[in-house]
Amino acid sequence: MSDSQTNSVAFVRTDPIPPAAPPFTTSGPVKWAKDNLFSTPAYTLLTVAALYVIYLILSNTLPWIFNGVWNTSSLAECREVLQGVSGGCFSVLTERWNQLIFGFKYPVEEYWRPSMAFLLLFVAAAPVLFYKLPRQLLIITGLFPFVAFWLIWGGTILAPLIALAGFIAGYLVYTRLVTFSFAAGFFGGIAAAFVVWIVGGELIPEGASENAWLAPVASRDLGGFMLNMMLGVTCVSLSLPIGIALALGRQSDMPLIKWICVVFIEFIRGVPLITLLFVASVMLAYFFPPESSTDLFVRVVIMITMFSSAYIAEVIRGGLAALPRGQYEAADSLGLDYAQAMRLIILPQALKISIPGIVNIAVGLFKDTTLVSVISMFDILGMIRGPILAATEWNGVYWELLGFAALLFFVVCYGISQYSQWLERQLATDHR
Amino acid sequence: MKKSVFLGALTVAGVAAGAAAAGTLDDVKARGTLNCGVTTGLVGFAAPDANGEWKGFDVAVCRAVAAAVLGDASAVEFVPTTGKTRFTALASGEIDMLARNTTWTFSRDVDLKFEFVGINYYDGQGFMVPKELGVSSAKDLDGATVCIQTGTTTELNLADFFRANNISYEPVPIETNAEGNQQYLAGACDTYTTDASGLAASRATYENPGDHVILPEIISKEPLGPLVRHGDNEWADVVRWTLNALIAAEELGVTSANVADLSSAAGDNPEVNRLLGTEDTLGEMLGLDADWASKAITAVGNYGEIFEGNIGESTPIGLARGLNAQWTEGGLLYTPPFR
Repeated sequence: MSDSQTNSVAFVRTDPIPPAAPPFTTSGPVKWAKDNLFSTPAYTLLTVAALYVIYLILSNTLPWIFNGVWNTSSLAECREVLQGVSGGCFSVLTERWNQLIFGFKYPVEEYWRPSMAFLLLFVAAAPVLFYKLPRQLLIITGLFPFVAFWLIWGGTILAPLIALAGFIAGYLVYTRLVTFSFAAGFFGGIAAAFVVWIVGGELIPEGASENAWLAPVASRDLGGFMLNMMLGVTCVSLSLPIGIALALGRQSDMPLIKWICVVFIEFIRGVPLITLLFVASVMLAYFFPPESSTDLFVRVVIMITMFSSAYIAEVIRGGLAALPRGQYEAADSLGLDYAQAMRLIILPQALKISIPGIVNIAVGLFKDTTLVSVISMFDILGMIRGPILAATEWNGVYWELLGFAALLFFVVCYGISQYSQWLERQLATDHR
Repeated sequence: MKKSVFLGALTVAGVAAGAAAAGTLDDVKARGTLNCGVTTGLVGFAAPDANGEWKGFDVAVCRAVAAAVLGDASAVEFVPTTGKTRFTALASGEIDMLARNTTWTFSRDVDLKFEFVGINYYDGQGFMVPKELGVSSAKDLDGATVCIQTGTTTELNLADFFRANNISYEPVPIETNAEGNQQYLAGACDTYTTDASGLAASRATYENPGDHVILPEIISKEPLGPLVRHGDNEWADVVRWTLNALIAAEELGVTSANVADLSSAAGDNPEVNRLLGTEDTLGEMLGLDADWASKAITAVGNYGEIFEGNIGESTPIGLARGLNAQWTEGGLLYTPPFR
């Protein structure tokens, strides 16, 4: 049977046909384009329209960017160089670079100080952001606020040292007393810190700031993107712990604490930030005598921190509410007290759930720092809208300046959002 | 208990503020610097330059007062204020005087309790339109969209003007002059209205200034001048007469170039002598040094020099003297005599 069959066939192929590349139209970019861009007539139309729009945008912006002029000293000169050709006058960025970054009053010879503080910020933030780094680095983080304060504001080194000593004293008293009761430790720590600050404040000799190593710089001399960064970093890092405390307080069984937190959160959330800023800049000045008013920077930090901590509290409350009741009960059944249960079981999970919301608030807060320009603080937007556009040389340059500000903000905000997505992937321990 | 402590602190603060407001001149002398409110940036009138040095027409008034009171034109702490924060800053004592192209109006003087000490610039509200719109008079602007800065007198003048002429308009509210220019150039509004000096300054920065016309109608009186708080007449006198000294100096031919010569010894013009303190005791009456006016003029020049250096025809802004010429040359500048 098999013989007759083999003999009846004239040719039998003994080796397999070598695999051929798929036809040109069903592979590679052509296939991708066909599937994704031109699969139906309607899609084809949309693709063509989209390409046309992209072409329109690029054909206008690219020459504008590449023809840009970088080294003239006024808008009129820049226009002369361009001779009517489309091109950006980026010389405003190079000429006013320092003002855009540091504001117009920060002493030029001291620019290295905020720059140094900015670099140190990365060192200090690293152990907080990347939990795999050695924990000892957190000491740098703890010291950073005092070093940065001293670098940026200058003056006598005693001021940040005494502030630091106050915190250390408060912490020591807290650890000593907390064994009796949490309240004793908490209030004892605060009292000890204040004692050190008040006594230390008296010890600083009169006029110590005048011939200090670093020349003192007043708060109203700060400006530019530096001010945005300072406000953003300070307010985010302050409002996170305050927000956690408020969220826990709102869930508390103690009516007084609960109602204080509820009223605070609801009141602050019901008021626009710009109103709070006006209160900080205008109203508070009525309550203080002219000479002894609190620093405007501090007032603004307090207001923005209050504002964002109320929002963060609500985000974290959402995270707390998302935890199953069993987690709380598990903590109780292990015999953990409230602080331990929160620290070891509840908050790690709740905060993980809250990351996207917290990042959302942080990004929004960072951009909201530009609102301080309405109370005549010269952040980057205030610098652009005020002094730079009001200079006779640069009056009329809008796209270049505002585009630059937008670019800076985009870089920072996109960085924050990428970090948060990385963090979420790292912490993805649930089974989905 | 806590509440009463708080109220007590407030009272103390209030009393301290009241006490501080009683003698601004002494305060300024004791502090060694003058806190002067200016705008956050207006071309030609006040803006910090590339080195962070404040320059401009209004800034010169601050510097003149500082030179007269403290003998040092750089002893000024410039406090930038916006249209919304300027009056509270002055009322709360954060600044000693405000020199921020502020229009002298009845309600600001009487109701807000300020003291306008004089006028350093006579302005008026105008309209700028693109030439291609083909409008030659503001009365043709029926139904136009108008870019207008909020919170200023220009907003009210605009409403008055259109109502008086029985024509309609649609306002496009804007916050700053820079934003106004941008909106106007982008075509968001048919016409941009603000003080004529501001329009001229803005037009000078456009890529094609010739494509825009400023309409002939000036629809308001905008006398701009420095102001101080009510109730401190000695301080108001100092600021008022410093401004008058700058104006009188131009009238009398005293410039920053010849003021040193003229004030070294009494000359033959008694009014110049009184102004510069080589005769009589005008400075002492103000509570200042005898050569107070001489110091102010040395520091910033006379009114004409300030005008030419900051906003005059030799600058890109190119404003003509117009109403701001001396009365002897057909303008409105007329200072009371130094006697």
